[in-house]
Amino acid sequence: MVKWSDFERAAIQDIFSKIDYDVVGRAAFSRCLIVYPWTQRYFGSFGNLYNAAAITSNPKVAAHGKVIMAGLEKALTNMDDIKTTYKDLSVLHSEKLQVDPDNFNVKLFSFYCLTIVVAGQMGAAFTPEVQGAFQKFLAVVVASLRKQYH
Amino acid sequence: MTMSLSAKDKATVKAFWAKISSSGEAIGADALSRMLVVYPQTKTYFSHWKDMSPGSAPVKKHGATVMGGVAEAVAKIDDLTAGLLSLSELHAFTLRVDPANFKILSHNILVVLAIMFPTDFTPEVHVAMDKFLAAVARALSEKYR
Repeated sequence: MVKWSDFERAAIQDIFSKIDYDVVGRAAFSRCLIVYPWTQRYFGSFGNLYNAAAITSNPKVAAHGKVIMAGLEKALTNMDDIKTTYKDLSVLHSEKLQVDPDNFNVKLFSFYCLTIVVAGQMGAAFTPEVQGAFQKFLAVVVASLRKQYH
Repeated sequence: MTMSLSAKDKATVKAFWAKISSSGEAIGADALSRMLVVYPQTKTYFSHWKDMSPGSAPVKKHGATVMGGVAEAVAKIDDLTAGLLSLSELHAFTLRVDPANFKILSHNILVVLAIMFPTDFTPEVHVAMDKFLAAVARALSEKYR
């Protein structure tokens, strides 16, 4: 079971209370598709992903950004048992969507793009300690999504 | 993954660097501070410092050193392997920094750029800088074995 300090709990809740889910979801998911273009392989039905401008203005990208943020919110409201909360999501990603689990890891959406977008939104309030708490939260999310792969 | 820098990438990096280089020391200090806090295993390289806390004197000084290296890399962007040869030897034989840590520091540099330059750090600049820092890391790893 993951242990959260009072600081970590408060910092993570604070981030989610401050960010605009629609803006952040879309910006982070867009960056993922732009900065790591091989991730586009999972989104063949999304239409025009030809360049950065097309990606950032694509309505399906925006919609999917919202889906991802909703998923993160589930983890937020169940911080003490993300593993169980994510059981179905993990199965979905492994069996139906067949996403390479390396895509969740270190570099991609979770850690890099979302952290970078949240940092840009929050500015100086995103201190090193707050960054640490947020990245720990994402690490738990990632581990829970990987759990059901076999 | 060897993904070389296109002409567009190089132009983007140079243009962005021109805007941010005067903040080099601040960027370096903040990136290093974050690395030490968020990835505490990196502290093992700095056990000789009296103070590893964010914004401390050794962190500021070293942040400036690191960004000086990045500046050199921008200037030598057309041949990073040759241009960063002595830095590669330094990292390989003297410092012996595990190359896995280059990715970690790069990530934190990008976080700082997002915070300090929210309008200029567009997705296009982000991808160019990410590729550039990865190329710098590769050049620094050249002499390792």
